[in-house]
Amino acid sequence: MSVLVEHFDVFVGGFWLTFQLCVLAAIGALILGTIVAVMRISPVPPLRWIGTAYVTVFRNCPLTIVFFFAAFGLPALGSNADFLRIPGLSSIFSRLGIDLPYFRFAIIALSVYTAAFVCEAIRSGINAVPPGQAEAARAIGLTFSQNLRLVVLPQAWKSAIVPLGSVLIAMIKNSALAGFFGLTGDLSNSAQNLTSAGGEPIIPVFIGIGIGYLIMTVPFGLFLDRVERRRAVAAR
Amino acid sequence: MSQQSVLYDAPGPRAKRTTLIVSVVVGALVAVGAYFLVYRPLDEQGQFDMELWGPLVDPSNEVFAQVWKLLGQGFQATLTAAALAIVASLVVGTALAVLRVQLKATMKRRFVHNSRPAAIALRTLTLVLNGITRFCVEVFRGLPVVITIFFVASALPDLGVDLGRILWYLVIGLTLYNSVVIAEILRSGMEGLPGGQREAAEAIGLSSFATIRLILLPQAFRIMLPALISQLVVVLKDTSLGFIISYEEVLKLSQTVILNLDNPIQVYTVVAVIYILVNYALSKLAEYVQGRMSRGRKTGTLRRAKDTPPAALAADLTPPAKL
Repeated sequence: MSVLVEHFDVFVGGFWLTFQLCVLAAIGALILGTIVAVMRISPVPPLRWIGTAYVTVFRNCPLTIVFFFAAFGLPALGSNADFLRIPGLSSIFSRLGIDLPYFRFAIIALSVYTAAFVCEAIRSGINAVPPGQAEAARAIGLTFSQNLRLVVLPQAWKSAIVPLGSVLIAMIKNSALAGFFGLTGDLSNSAQNLTSAGGEPIIPVFIGIGIGYLIMTVPFGLFLDRVERRRAVAAR
Repeated sequence: MSQQSVLYDAPGPRAKRTTLIVSVVVGALVAVGAYFLVYRPLDEQGQFDMELWGPLVDPSNEVFAQVWKLLGQGFQATLTAAALAIVASLVVGTALAVLRVQLKATMKRRFVHNSRPAAIALRTLTLVLNGITRFCVEVFRGLPVVITIFFVASALPDLGVDLGRILWYLVIGLTLYNSVVIAEILRSGMEGLPGGQREAAEAIGLSSFATIRLILLPQAFRIMLPALISQLVVVLKDTSLGFIISYEEVLKLSQTVILNLDNPIQVYTVVAVIYILVNYALSKLAEYVQGRMSRGRKTGTLRRAKDTPPAALAADLTPPAKL
């Protein structure tokens, strides 16, 4: 158990990096997912096709392959994901600005993959809005974008919160894969370093890493359960 | 679909024209973007050369048969691991769900027929068991599968348990996670059933275990079938994580191919397409099952609704249907 005390800084650093990765990827996935969701319900057929194709591809493709494409495909396209070096952001999230691109690749792979699930969650939220709302909005002459922006989406968020939350929990867990794709120093990468290179006993390391992930996932899950239960009571 | 068309009016001539223009513009933008951002850089590096694609798509290529034999082996290994993991998770998950619902029922009992110490012992036992199962569910649901697989594969040999084949470590890791998820799916299915089901079962004198086994579980399976099938998609996708513990599944074997032919993008594209096709078929199956089940319920209520309208009125208007 002494490894937990000796390498406490490694665990805390790993937790912090994983947390940063999750926050940035969640922002990316929410933005991209909302765009795809709007595309999927738009009146323009090609946009709908693109949205549907996007969701079909990324929902059915293992995240591992998405990560491979981010790690091999993006360099082949001549991109080091430098567009993510956003001046203000990279001063907060120091890993964004460094030359090694794996943190940025991990963000891209995670957001692109999770966006497909975010899109489905938002669509389920939109489907939960009573059709009368959109009909009334149309009746008073709102256009499609006004209808979505002012009437449907604000109500859809409410019922989309629980499915969106479970998507984000899944994303936190999926972020562990980044440590196997070149990202150094996050929780899962520290696990490998401590056990294989550091020769530390496996069970205590596992407990430490596990706690790191559980700190993020379990309270979030309990919060969602609470929201869901309150919803169920309110609906009765 | 109904919700989608509710969002905008049926297009008139002007809206149709705008839609057409937007469609053309979007199509052109996508084509131009794909050409300049994807095709050109890839073409400049010669990623479209037959030298790289040939082994995968050209049957006359000399290594075509070899490559596909390797990939075939990989997919066989992937499917084996997925099938084993699914069966194991279903069995363990069902047992866990039954255990949790049973424990919840037992916690309400006071064991008045037993002697006092025995009753206290039994109640503590159920409380402790309930706590342990709850803890296990929360922990294994909250941990990344990658981490579970990684640690199963490194901790078990460390503890002196040697299973011989890497396959079993992968199956155990996947089962730990998915059985817990399946148990939660089934448990919420059982608890979501109308309370009358359980009450009726208890009223005719079934024990709480018989109630679960005969009344609750079959219905929960039926209701939760779509969710269970989508969990199969998740298992199939997660099997690809086996490459982390060097299980010889399709990704690991494609790395062998890549090592020899140096065509990562091409090989991964082909593997991704196959994965997408298989999983797409599975999710369509889930949708179909869901559609069938909701249709079954809907027509059931419709028929009842049709029977209920005043028969006299209906008889006046329409000739009696011949059955």
